[in-house]
Amino acid sequence: MWAVETNELTRTFGSFTAVDKVTLHIRPGGIYGFLGPNGSGKSTTIRMLCGIIEPSSGSGRVMGLDVATQSEAIKEKIGYMSQKFSLYDDLSVRENLEFFAGMYSLSKALKNERIDEMLRMAKLTGREDELTANLSGGWKQRLALGCSILHRPTILFLDEPTGGVDPKSRRMFWDIIYELSAQGTTVMVTTHFMDEAEHCDEIGFIFEGKLIASDTPSRLQKAIPGRLLQIGTSDPMEMMEELKRKQLPVLDAYAHGAAVHVRVNESELAAFEGYPFHIIQPSLEDVFVHYVKEKRQEVAA
Amino acid sequence: MIRLRALLLKEFIQMRRDRLTFGMMIGIPIIQLLMFGFAINTDVKHLPTVVFDQSYSVEGRELLESFSASGYFDINFIGRSFTDVNTRIDSGDAKVGVILPPDFAQNVRHGRSASVQVIVDATDSMAASSAISTAQTIGQLRSQEIMIQRLENVVGRQDGLPYDIRIRPWYNPDFVTAFYMVPGIMGMILTMTMVMITSMAIVREREHGTLEQLIVTPLKSYELMLGKIIPYVFVGLVQATVALMVGIIVFDLPIRGNLVELFLYTLLFIVASLSLGILISNFSKNQMQAMQLSFFVFLPSVLLSGFMFPREAMPEFFFQIGRLLPLTFYLQIMRGIVLKGVGIKALWPQVLSLAVFSSIVLTISILKFRKKLA
Repeated sequence: MWAVETNELTRTFGSFTAVDKVTLHIRPGGIYGFLGPNGSGKSTTIRMLCGIIEPSSGSGRVMGLDVATQSEAIKEKIGYMSQKFSLYDDLSVRENLEFFAGMYSLSKALKNERIDEMLRMAKLTGREDELTANLSGGWKQRLALGCSILHRPTILFLDEPTGGVDPKSRRMFWDIIYELSAQGTTVMVTTHFMDEAEHCDEIGFIFEGKLIASDTPSRLQKAIPGRLLQIGTSDPMEMMEELKRKQLPVLDAYAHGAAVHVRVNESELAAFEGYPFHIIQPSLEDVFVHYVKEKRQEVAA
Repeated sequence: MIRLRALLLKEFIQMRRDRLTFGMMIGIPIIQLLMFGFAINTDVKHLPTVVFDQSYSVEGRELLESFSASGYFDINFIGRSFTDVNTRIDSGDAKVGVILPPDFAQNVRHGRSASVQVIVDATDSMAASSAISTAQTIGQLRSQEIMIQRLENVVGRQDGLPYDIRIRPWYNPDFVTAFYMVPGIMGMILTMTMVMITSMAIVREREHGTLEQLIVTPLKSYELMLGKIIPYVFVGLVQATVALMVGIIVFDLPIRGNLVELFLYTLLFIVASLSLGILISNFSKNQMQAMQLSFFVFLPSVLLSGFMFPREAMPEFFFQIGRLLPLTFYLQIMRGIVLKGVGIKALWPQVLSLAVFSSIVLTISILKFRKKLA
């Protein structure tokens, strides 16, 4: 059984199609990274899976339960953390945890045990009685995560959990996610940080509402045709103009920080003799660029 | 049950943390009761009056004396001409002008009808009608006295008046406005705070993003609705108790009926108002909308329920609209218990109406809230 499976899942808002016939399968037990730029439909997909909004068409199953008809049964099994902080600011850390423990009907003994566990995990021990409003970003996020996994969900949905958080907190956060995954929790996490995506067991790219690729990071990286060159330059735009002018045999070229990434067929590497290039492993960002361009050509054709 | 208990605990903690709102919920009833109880008086007395007496006679002075003795007219200005009277009324210094013609005394003495002109500033209709009816009564009483005297002179014996209408104002014989106002203000305060507070309840969670988090938990719609209503039932009962105590201590409000019944029906009214607030909260997208919708309910409640204006005088359409408002029934219940001392035997239609209203509105709210954002 898939942890999550969708079949042409679609959601429209008026004339705008936020999620367009997304079909995906998520294996139980892994970390599935859902990647795409802002507004590409990541959150909408997750919100449909969690039963917060209804699909316009298509179907979806979470742990074998239908999202359209069995969303209340799904809610017992899942944890959800949204990109917007959504705990009660005017409750203390412990009061928030107790409230959500109550929402999942945990017994008193179990509740106390889990709350202590969460406080340790989120490194919030000693700050139990502080008002949530006074916590800073990273702490709040770990508390929100704690609140959403108190009931030990089989699947955890995280919607941009590390937005607006400093790198140290982000690392702490991911450590918790690994640990949960090691304990057997399936995690579906959306992000637009490509470096975070490398931590995932599987990755889905979503662009303009469409799922354009879904596989393990290494297989996605291998799927790119040709070799990737990185050419250092002080003016990437000028360099790209030059490549075009000289009509070099380029499959693809784009600026990447203070460099230009150029994809060429292995056999034509010689044409770049005069440039200071290194052959590099494509990062997920390169993979994403490749798939987006491919998709665009497909649409144009 | 565990979920509902957790929700209630949360609401009480939040209520306790929000000291200002909590203070207002208790402070508002006291302040408004004192304000309205003392300030509002529908029996308009002491109207500033300008007099232009052209007769300079005993009869004229006697008539004016009865005007000022009635307590309704304060003769503050003596006019020397019609222009004087006009100016005083135009400027608003005087609300009433009394003009006696030069032949006033002669006419009275010779048994002819003596006319008196009373000018009333009718921009304020309540003050005007008070002035008009008093002036007419004074005129009739004085006429009767004079007629009886004349009859005595002719027939030589004392005759009584042919009709003797004896009026007994029941339940509030002294027309104490506070007796009439305090139950009404109680209902008004409860409507205002109960509807407004709960109208915010769900929409606030929606705005803060906490509703989204609640939606992904197994919490049931009816549990959420109950969790938002029950805490404010207590607030409402505290408000009602405070208001009643102010009524009794400050205004000597008599409670002629059964206090247990009074609280029972107040509880029912509180639940009705809270349900209405929850319904508003379900329909509103943000707190601003919720606020405006609450006012949309609140104003008709004040104007059409019989709190300010007698319902008997309303056109049929508005009379029926008034029957959709919980306050209308609660006012009848309160005035019934507090002033008339009646109980369920007389008040069952109103009590039943409130019960039906609450169940319908609450059911709509629970059905409407489908634990979905879109």
